[in-house]
Parts: sequence; structure tokens; C-alpha cells
Amino acid sequence: MLAYIVRRVLYAIPILVGVNLITFLLFFVVNTPDDMARMQLGTKRVTPDAIEKWKADHGYDKPLLWNARENSLTKTIFFEKSVKLFALDFGAAEDGRDIANEIATRMWPSLALAIPVFLVGLAVNITFAMFMAFFRATYLDFWGVVLCVAMMSISTLFYIIGGQYVASKVWHLVPISGYDGGFDALKFLVLPALIAVIAGIGSGGRWYRTLFLEEMSRDYVRTARAKGLAESVVLFRHVLKNAMIPILTGAVVVIPLLFMGSLLSESFFGIPGLGSYTIDAIQAQDFAVVRSMVFIGSVLYIAGLLLTDLSYTLVDPRIKLE
Amino acid sequence: MPFAPLVLATDVLLWALVAAVVFYAWYCQRKPHLAAPWKRVFQSRAAVITSTVLVCYAAIGLADSLHFRPKLEGGNAYSPEVLSILDLALSGLRERREKTYSAPLATRLYAKEQVELADGKVSREFPRLRHGGAHLKDESDAFTDIGEKVLAGLLFASVPIGLVFLGIGPLQKRWPDVPWRSVATTVGVILALALAVALLARGYHVLGTDKVGQDVLYQALKSIRVSLVIGTLTTLVLLPLGIALGVMAGYFRGWIDDAIQYLYTTLNSIPGVLLIAACVLMMQVFVDRHPEWFDTAAQRADFRLLVLCAVLGLTSWTGLARLLRGEALKLSQLEYIQAAHAFGVSDSRILGRHILPNVAHIVIITLVMDFSGLVLAEAVLSYVGVGVDPATTSFGTMINAARLEMGREPIVWWSLAAAFAFMFLLVLAANLFADAVRDGFDPRVRVGTVPV
Repeated sequence: MLAYIVRRVLYAIPILVGVNLITFLLFFVVNTPDDMARMQLGTKRVTPDAIEKWKADHGYDKPLLWNARENSLTKTIFFEKSVKLFALDFGAAEDGRDIANEIATRMWPSLALAIPVFLVGLAVNITFAMFMAFFRATYLDFWGVVLCVAMMSISTLFYIIGGQYVASKVWHLVPISGYDGGFDALKFLVLPALIAVIAGIGSGGRWYRTLFLEEMSRDYVRTARAKGLAESVVLFRHVLKNAMIPILTGAVVVIPLLFMGSLLSESFFGIPGLGSYTIDAIQAQDFAVVRSMVFIGSVLYIAGLLLTDLSYTLVDPRIKLE
Repeated sequence: MPFAPLVLATDVLLWALVAAVVFYAWYCQRKPHLAAPWKRVFQSRAAVITSTVLVCYAAIGLADSLHFRPKLEGGNAYSPEVLSILDLALSGLRERREKTYSAPLATRLYAKEQVELADGKVSREFPRLRHGGAHLKDESDAFTDIGEKVLAGLLFASVPIGLVFLGIGPLQKRWPDVPWRSVATTVGVILALALAVALLARGYHVLGTDKVGQDVLYQALKSIRVSLVIGTLTTLVLLPLGIALGVMAGYFRGWIDDAIQYLYTTLNSIPGVLLIAACVLMMQVFVDRHPEWFDTAAQRADFRLLVLCAVLGLTSWTGLARLLRGEALKLSQLEYIQAAHAFGVSDSRILGRHILPNVAHIVIITLVMDFSGLVLAEAVLSYVGVGVDPATTSFGTMINAARLEMGREPIVWWSLAAAFAFMFLLVLAANLFADAVRDGFDPRVRVGTVPV
């Protein structure tokens, strides 16, 4: 088990190098350090000296991938910028603020929104799917599926804009946007969390329903019914437990990514989390921030894959990791 | 010539795709084993109703994919403005512009203006619209006028609807299993709606006007093309990558499998929006540096749309590749493949003759399933600022522009509502059609167990 984990962690290193290489190529093939300097300095006072100085200050005054003059791989922008990422040293954003510091403070609002959405969403989806599975092949099930497909077909933007309008502008229940520390955060988080849960019911409910139905066609269910168990006992005691295996292992992969926050909700509701940080960085073309977020996202994704594999062995003792 | 045809890259690809679909249909028609799953699909009422709706969307989008530049009056030069056949058909909607916002079917403008009265005094009031309800002497007649127009539209529609119902007779004989009545009913509803709206649109702005006074109905119809382009052309990139890499990884195994798995794990682990954003931003810089490549703004916007499709394709082939890898892995263990090996059949022939045809159902299911997701993604990406060109009319840009006006009092809701409604209908139809296709193709789904 331990050997497996170590091997998986080692396997993550080439993947992270690849991720860095891809983002690096994307940003530098077309957009040279000179262009970046020009963009950051603005249109005024752009002299060759100023550009050189900006490049030297920000560490972009070396060759990109291969230092031919010194014949080395290490004295390049790619190497210097990437190695620091592995040590979780993200450097400073274009506005001079420390990225690691920014991430550490913005992580909490993101988590405060993402964790309730994840847990409540899971509970709601499972309940709804159980309801449809219990009434399978009846009109309730049929209309439940229709409702799911209809809800899946509505753009997330509609849920957000519509919810914001009704709850904040018409009913004046909660502030339109903003954020505050401590318990005051609650009134800002209720609406985005509710909207995110509702937006997820369509696809989640339908997916879990298929999992439940698949489980209900197994032999042990027929045996349980044959020995005279009530349908509700079959469903809640036996099917629910077994169907939780694919549901939970499927959900585990997103747990680490909860840190990244939600791009849309956060920027619509003005929550200062990592999601809105990412969007701002994209719109400001802040390469240092985008690269850091890509790196963190990849690390979390790989952690999610590892957790998924481990959770399989936890819930199903037949699986051995080799 | 009174116009110069202009061929955009996405036009060519879209029409090529139509040709490919027609060819595939003709090919299926001749091979009973290929036609069988499609016959199963089109036995379901949901499939024929949704495909009728999708065909209507496609017709609008394709009419919008034949572009030309009209000749300027009094000269030999052609206008820099690029129009399409759809623009020509909707020229009434396009040209009847107001000053600014007006509500659906309104006769007066949304904002107050200084108006000089007959006796020379100046007062602030809501002015009458230039076109909306301009034919009315007394605007209090608007309600009855609208009612009359709708009724007239429905009456006119009854003739073609009757013809449609007569026309399905021979079709029913040729393909008896297809529920043609549902097709005819759907066509009837669409025709009635379209004719009523068409009659109304001659005198009113049926869905209101936007900030610069452009008809919202016109914008919504124009947006359809972008959705179709993103939903379909993305697959041109996704398919070759997904099929080639997925099947190769599963069939050859060994280091090829390792390399391909490494590639897709790496791509997958980059957060999708960031990857797309990075690609689109880079392309933007590239386009800005080569203005000489594009004669017109339309061509530049079109290039951006094409690149967006390519980027979406590059980031979304991994799902298909993973599925195909698993399937190819399973297939290559089967006896008939091993027999082929034993007979000394070459790898390329085994792949082409035995593996590819047996994974085709997965490819088709993935294709139709992906469409609706891509249409929804366009709106989100345009909101983030990495979607289509801001000058292109798309559902995303419509929503983005309308979102900023939510704070007004009274609220300007019609642009948003129109964009969401058109998008909802398209995505809903695509989702239901995808379900029907999956049920028809997936050997595991037994017919009759799953409603819808």
C-alpha cells in the first residue's frame, strides 16, 4: 500500500513537469517576454531600457528553454520559474503582491462556499435519486427524469442571474454581492450555495438514479425481495449501501479541487476566493498567477486521483492496489 | 455582380460536415446492420420530435452560413459589412432599428426623451417607437391589433400544416415504424409559431430591442449559428485525436499506452477553463499582430471562433480517448481478434476492420452527448471573456451585454430571456436526442426499461 502511494507520488512529478511545459509553451510561443513587458508597462514610457529593466526585475532576461551560451538547462526562464513552483514558492503577482500569501487568505472564502455546496449537493442528489428509484417506472419517476433533463439544459448563468435577481432584488432577502469575515459571511454565502446546489440537481440526480437502478437489477436484490423484505428495507438497507460505493468514489476525485473554488459563483457574488482570483488573473493576463493556479489545480487533481484509488480499497476489500 | 460571395472558414467546414452527414446517412441506408440502431432511435417519439427541432435550428444556422458582401451604391467597391442569406431574409428585422431599449411588443421607448409638442412646449415623455406599432394611429389599439395578427398567422399556418399532415402518408408507408404523426405535429407547432411571429414582426419588435435599438429576435436567430459551429466543429478536432490515441493505447499497450496515458493525464490535470483561457489569450495576441491576414472584421471574428473550436477540441478529447482505450483493451483480448493475429492479419487491418467498427457506437454516443455541453460552455466562456469575439452575436455575448442592465428600473429582462429561451430549447432538444441515440446504440440498455 505504502509502496503504491510512493510510486503514485513519484509518477506525479513527470505529469507536473508536463503541465508546466504546456502552460509555459502556451504563454511564451506567441507572447514573448518583450510583449509581456510592454503590456505591463503600458503604452507610455516604453523604451528598450525600460523593457530590459522590467525583464531583469521579473527574471525574464534569460533564454526560454535552452541556454546555448552557457550550455545549460538550468539557467533558463523555464527552469527557474518551474523549480520554484515545486517548492510551492509562487513569487509575486504583477501588482507586486505575494501569490502564496494571497492564496492562503483567499482559500477560506472558497472553501466556505465549496464545502457546503459539495455536502448538501451530495445529500440532495442522493435523496432525489432514491425517490425516483423507489418510484421507478411510474409517472413520478418519468416526470423526475424529465425535470432532471430540463434542469440540465438550463445554463448555469441563468440560475445565477435569476437567483440573484429574485432573492436579492425582488425579495431583498440577502445582499446582492460582497463578503465579510466571521459569521457575517453566512448571509453572503447562503444564496450562491443554494444556487450551486440547485444547478447541480439535474445532472447529479439523473446520474445517481442510473447507479441505483443498475444496483437494483443485481441478484442479491432479487434474493432480498424473495425472502420477503419490504421494498423500502431493500432500498435503504441493501441498495443504498452498495450504490454508495460508486457514488462516493466518484465524488472523492473532486474533494481536493474544492480548494480551487467556483469560477462563476465567486465572480458573480463578489466572493474574494480563488475562483475570482483566477478569473481576474485571466482577464489581466497575469502569467505568474495563472501558472500558479494551473500548478495547484494539477496537484489537486492528481491528489484526487490518488484518493479515489485509495477509497476503492477502503470500501471494497477485494481490490488490492499493486 | 451586385454582391461578392465571401467564404468564411467555418462556413466551409460546416457545409463539409453537412455533406459528411448526408454521405453517412446514404451509406447507412445501404448497410442494414448500420441502419438498425438508427431505426431503433427513430422509433422513439422523443427522438423524432427533438430531431425536428434540431433540424429547424440547423436550417437557420446553415442559412446564416452563406455569406456575401453587397455592392455599395454608386461605385464598384463592395461593402465591408458581411451579410448572410439569413440576414437577407430578415432584412426587415435587421434594418428596423430603434434608438435604444424597448420592451417586447411595445409601442413606446424604454427611456424618456425631450419631445417638442405641437404648441412649441417641450416635455419629457416616452416617445413613440420608429417602427414598433408605428402603423397604428391610436396606440391603444395595439392589443387588438396584436391579437388579430396572431390569429391571422395561425389561420395562414393552417394551410401548410394541412399539407404536412397529408404529406406524411407516403412517408408512413415507406418507414412504418417512425412516428410520423409526432413529426407532423411538431412541424405544425413550429410553423404556426413562426408564421404568427413573422406577421407580428412586420409591425412590432416581438422580443423588444437592445441597448442600441437592435431587434432582439434578430440577435437570437443570429446567435444560433455560433452555437452550432461550436457544438459541431469542435468534434472535427476531438474525433481524430480521441479515436486515434484511444484505440492505439488500448490495442498496442506497452510504451505506446504509457505515453498516451501520460499525455491525457497531463492535459486532464490542467483546469479546463485555464487551459482554454491561456490558448484564447495567446491567439488574441497573435491575431492582433497580424492584422494583414484578415480583410474584414467578420473574417477575424471567424478565425477566433475557429480557434475556439480547436481549443475546445484539444481540451476535451481525453474523455473519448479514455473510453475507447478501455473498449479497445477489452476487444483486443477477444477470440476473433486473436484469430486474426494467428492468421497473420496486419495491425492496421485489424484496427480498421475489427476494432474501429466495434467502437463506432461509443463514438456516435459521445458525439451527440457532447453537443449540448459545448453549447452551454460557449455562454460561460464568453462571460469569462475568453469566448467568441465580442462583436459576434452569440448567446454568450447577448447574456453578457444584458447582465449589466439587470440593475435598471424597470428591469430590462427581454434580452436575457430571449437568449436563455433559445439556448434552453436547443440544449433540451440536444439532450433528449442524445438520450434516444444512447438508448438506440447502447447494447446494455434494454428497450422498455427506461422511460423517455
